[in-house]
Amino acid sequence: MLDGRGAVRRRAGVRLWLSALWLGLLVGAALLAPWIAPKDPLAQDLFLGRLPPFWMAGHEPGYHLGTDSLGRDVLSRILHGARIALVVAVVAGSVTCLLGAALGLMAGYLRGWVDVVISRFIDIWMAFPPVLFSILLIAVIGPGLGSIILAIVIIDWTRFARVVRAEAMAQGAMDYVASARVAGRGRIGIMLREILPNVMPTIVVLLTLEMGIAVIVEAILSFVNLSISTDDPTWGGMIAEGRTSVHQAWWVLVFPLVTLFLTVLSFSQLGEGLKDRFDPVLR
Amino acid sequence: MSYLEIDRLTVRLKGGGTLLRAVSLQVAAGEVRGLVGESGAGKSMIGKAVLGILPRAAEVVSGRIVLDGVDLLTLPPAERRRRVGASCALIPQDPLTALNPSRRIGPQITDRLVDILRWNRGRAEGRARELLAEVHIPDPDRVMRCYPHELSGGMRQRILIASAFAAEPKLIVADEPTTALDVTVQKQILKLIKEMQLRHGTALLFVSHDLGVVSKVCQSLTVLYAGMVLEDAGIGDFFRAPRHPYSAALLAATPKYTDPTAGLIPVPEAVLAAVRAEVAAADRRAGHV
Repeated sequence: MLDGRGAVRRRAGVRLWLSALWLGLLVGAALLAPWIAPKDPLAQDLFLGRLPPFWMAGHEPGYHLGTDSLGRDVLSRILHGARIALVVAVVAGSVTCLLGAALGLMAGYLRGWVDVVISRFIDIWMAFPPVLFSILLIAVIGPGLGSIILAIVIIDWTRFARVVRAEAMAQGAMDYVASARVAGRGRIGIMLREILPNVMPTIVVLLTLEMGIAVIVEAILSFVNLSISTDDPTWGGMIAEGRTSVHQAWWVLVFPLVTLFLTVLSFSQLGEGLKDRFDPVLR
Repeated sequence: MSYLEIDRLTVRLKGGGTLLRAVSLQVAAGEVRGLVGESGAGKSMIGKAVLGILPRAAEVVSGRIVLDGVDLLTLPPAERRRRVGASCALIPQDPLTALNPSRRIGPQITDRLVDILRWNRGRAEGRARELLAEVHIPDPDRVMRCYPHELSGGMRQRILIASAFAAEPKLIVADEPTTALDVTVQKQILKLIKEMQLRHGTALLFVSHDLGVVSKVCQSLTVLYAGMVLEDAGIGDFFRAPRHPYSAALLAATPKYTDPTAGLIPVPEAVLAAVRAEVAAADRRAGHV
């Protein structure tokens, strides 16, 4: 193809494949962590504390990315941390997406009192500072994987609801919706068959962004010690621990940070790439 | 007996403001009636009221819309939708937004046959192919697999015409069906609408601001100003001798291509003032100012 569309798609293609590759590696690591992790992520050995990564003087064989101050293997902890990160991303992302998109679609297409109720709810919801709100929430319902997912869903559904509402409103004003109404199609039929497919590219982008955000929120909550129990390896927890010894052992902080960064970036790039695939005009 | 009878229909905005003032008109089975008037005269509003797709802010205050002997406004909403869906269709103004951009053409046409006539997909697809051929679309099989953005405006309007006639409705509301198209395509589309209407014997409510177009397509017409009917006439009588001064002014304002030096003639201020006074008088008689 020689037109501009083709060029856009090729560029998007490279990003799409790179981010899919990274996320694929991550999924592999999460699934196979117990077998491919070189060490037990919880095993402490104070004699092996703060070992440097493999290319620096003083490293020990088998500890490829070094150890933290308690002598736990950094690589093994990152691999096991991928499990928690991905479960949070996928479960919290999807549930948030379903709830927010459904409410947004209803508000945007049905309008009237449904819209008034949902929109006021969104306004009130967004007035709370999100991180403080989640910390408060976890403090009340107690830490744990389920609580983190619940916190993310409760805080972030407005992201979907607002955007999907605006899109559904624009689509609802189109003539094809009027034609479907004349043909006797009911409201639910119109929402699902006429409007939803046109809002889908936006929902996909938001979903992948939300997955990245979910990973970050989990890391933030780990950072303030409100995530899973402190023993379990989470990227956020590792970053928090690494911060205290950054002058003596930077690798404890940097490796999980880079992993987190690449993961969040990959999620958002995946979304951009998928949007082009989903959009019939760009396809 | 007329197929559609609108009787003293008054539509108002919920926030105040009258869109239609006791409009009465009839459309016989198979008749093509033009609705003319300037922007905001309420011509589209009449079509929307019949089809039950008035904007949320507007509501019917009084009057009757009798379709095939049944007053639509007394029916429960689901029953009304079913009735209108089975016997009416819409040819919308803008072919660019009237097809769902993320669905292929084929299913968008067969939807009507499946929803309204309860046909199965296979039978509906066969009929859709016939319909596309009927509106002179070459290679219907390929077009059915296309997305709307892959087709030109004229093609899309042909598809919309095909899908409006698909379920053999008795009445079609054509809401300025050629306004969004360029002039060369307009002529073909008008010819096509007329051709399809004759073949299927469908009654047509043809909304337009273009008297030239109306004279070619319609048998009768209704002239509206500010939501009020000013004149209701057969097409021959109207063009020979319009009864209302506003109609006469409107007719005089139509550009004549035979004399390019004539320029544009606006409707005279005096005529407009008289019409506005007439509307105000009618409002006073009806008891709402």
